[in-house]
Amino acid sequence: MAYDKFTLLTSSAVPMPIENVDTDQIIPARFLKATERKGFGDNLFRDWRYNADNTPKRDFVLNNPIYTGKILVGGKNFGSGSSREHAAWAIYDYGFRCVVSSFFADIFKNNSLNIGILPVQVSPAFLDRIFRAIEADPKAELEVNLQEQTITILATGERESFEINSYKKHNLMNGYDDIDYLQSMKEDIKAFADKSVY
Amino acid sequence: MSTAPATLFDKVWDSHVVRKIEGGPDVLFIDRHFIHEVTSPVAFLGLEGRRLKVMFPEKTFATADHNTPTINQHLPVEDPLSANQLKALEVNAGKYGISHWGLGNPKNGIVHVVGPENGITLPGMTIVCGDSHTSTHGAFGAIAFGIGTSEVEMVLSSQCIMQPKPKKMRINVNGKLGKGLTPKDVVLYIISKLTAAGATGYFVEFAGEVFRNMSMEGRMTVCNMSIEMGARGGMIAPDETTFSYIKGREKAPAGAAWDKALAYWKTLPTEEGASFDKEYHFEAADIEPMITYGTNPGMGIGITQHIPVEDGGSKASYDKSLEYMGFHKEDAMLGKKVDYVFVGSCTNGRIEDFRAFASIVKDRKKADHVTAWIVPGSHIVEQQIKEEGILDILTAAGFQLRQPGCSACLAMNDDKIPAGKYAVSTSNRNFEGRQGPGARTMLASPLVAAAAAVTGVVTDPRTLMAE
Repeated sequence: MAYDKFTLLTSSAVPMPIENVDTDQIIPARFLKATERKGFGDNLFRDWRYNADNTPKRDFVLNNPIYTGKILVGGKNFGSGSSREHAAWAIYDYGFRCVVSSFFADIFKNNSLNIGILPVQVSPAFLDRIFRAIEADPKAELEVNLQEQTITILATGERESFEINSYKKHNLMNGYDDIDYLQSMKEDIKAFADKSVY
Repeated sequence: MSTAPATLFDKVWDSHVVRKIEGGPDVLFIDRHFIHEVTSPVAFLGLEGRRLKVMFPEKTFATADHNTPTINQHLPVEDPLSANQLKALEVNAGKYGISHWGLGNPKNGIVHVVGPENGITLPGMTIVCGDSHTSTHGAFGAIAFGIGTSEVEMVLSSQCIMQPKPKKMRINVNGKLGKGLTPKDVVLYIISKLTAAGATGYFVEFAGEVFRNMSMEGRMTVCNMSIEMGARGGMIAPDETTFSYIKGREKAPAGAAWDKALAYWKTLPTEEGASFDKEYHFEAADIEPMITYGTNPGMGIGITQHIPVEDGGSKASYDKSLEYMGFHKEDAMLGKKVDYVFVGSCTNGRIEDFRAFASIVKDRKKADHVTAWIVPGSHIVEQQIKEEGILDILTAAGFQLRQPGCSACLAMNDDKIPAGKYAVSTSNRNFEGRQGPGARTMLASPLVAAAAAVTGVVTDPRTLMAE
């Protein structure tokens, strides 16, 4: 599925300083029953966000109107557990384009990159600084510059660089995906398959 | 020409690289692709949107498992959304010429149970599925891992995915497992030592005496849970145990093809002196029956131990976890009340698991207040349970056998643990709400599950076993 190009993102952020946020929290399994990719944002963090009677839980960050923005900042080991891409879809559909953490689970990171969400891995110390900046001012803005591979806390000017492989970076900046690439090398794949022992 | 000693992982990975992209991922050829009803529909929609075909339909296998009911499978599925997904899988498989073992098919069952038991999973293969527990198939010396739906679309359309090559880790466990210990205890022990993120970025090889002496069912349990320490996958070198398990299975090679395959498989094990990015050594003697007390699989302890005062992570996250479970620091696990027992899943839904469960419940009775869901991993396992007399033991002890599926492991069907209730579960995840909103899960082996089912509290299974 095509996604918007990602170059520069300047936005306030939603803080979620919890470790090991797993994909069952991001989107519980009972909401995986759609056969189309739509509406997943409504159930993002469903059981942390709503009570059993569907009323919003007041103390959950997504229900607090002072926190807004296109960047979600999570604790370490974000996105662990299931391979459900629905978790990344829910985050994207809700309106986030970037998730910041000090550590991501592998499959979640891949899924995010494949649908146009940028996972930005920062040092634990920098993650702490981001949380403190948002605590001091809920509207504090972060600037994520994909070209330069940097993330900056605009209020203080504190900056850190992040890693991304050049292939994925190129894809995100141009809105390309892996399927386009693989289609362009079908002949090589056919030749490889002919030699396969299985 | 001499080359550096190679690992099992390197041999399999490197022989599947179609192209290396400078500064990017490897394009990896995929030998076997499993699909199920939950993570495939959007991938097929994607194919249609781009007007692409399935490149090698004979390399993809479909089975329905995630949201199938575990009773009355002969009746129409009541939940319209589940029914719609099951229908979509059937239609898509039919349209693109993919083999499909739907509900009611005698080959139907959990994808990671039916692949191996039908000889689809073989050593040296690359295997993917839109499910993180695809790591199960690594037990055969295959590279197997879970993928997202975009990647399912890639494999359907090009038989390849694009992956950076993970780092390599080897985990050695030597010695002999004592009484009451199962492969589940071994892997829960390892995860408790490494933490739920301890192997992120790595592909793990399990090595040493404990795994060499383990059955294929046990190896599958171990590799299944490698994702629970964050690993991309886990694998065990193929040996005589592997070959004798595979031989004669429906889709396994036979005759001259068998001999040729066998000769190749024997070249796969890691060579002496090969290097790993990280290596751990554990002793079997240090392991006791395990149980989890928190909300990630790394939060496990020996069943006779007390809940620790901290887990090395942030205090807030730890406290949140214990609060969800309704447990307190320094509580003993033994004696904690159990409301539900679940035996099944791609982790512990194979014949050995039901044999283990039956060995404890035999000549005993299910505790009155416990609700038990005993769910075979496939119809073939269900049949074995009946043929071996295990069903009779279960029935005499007051248990009912359900029909195959993922069931209460992720509670997509009606098998949901109610809010606030405690379950001892042989599945793989104790995340908040995993087994139903508000459900409290303690992960354990089939023996610990059996001990809980007959006593109604967390019980050391060794106290119920003959000398």
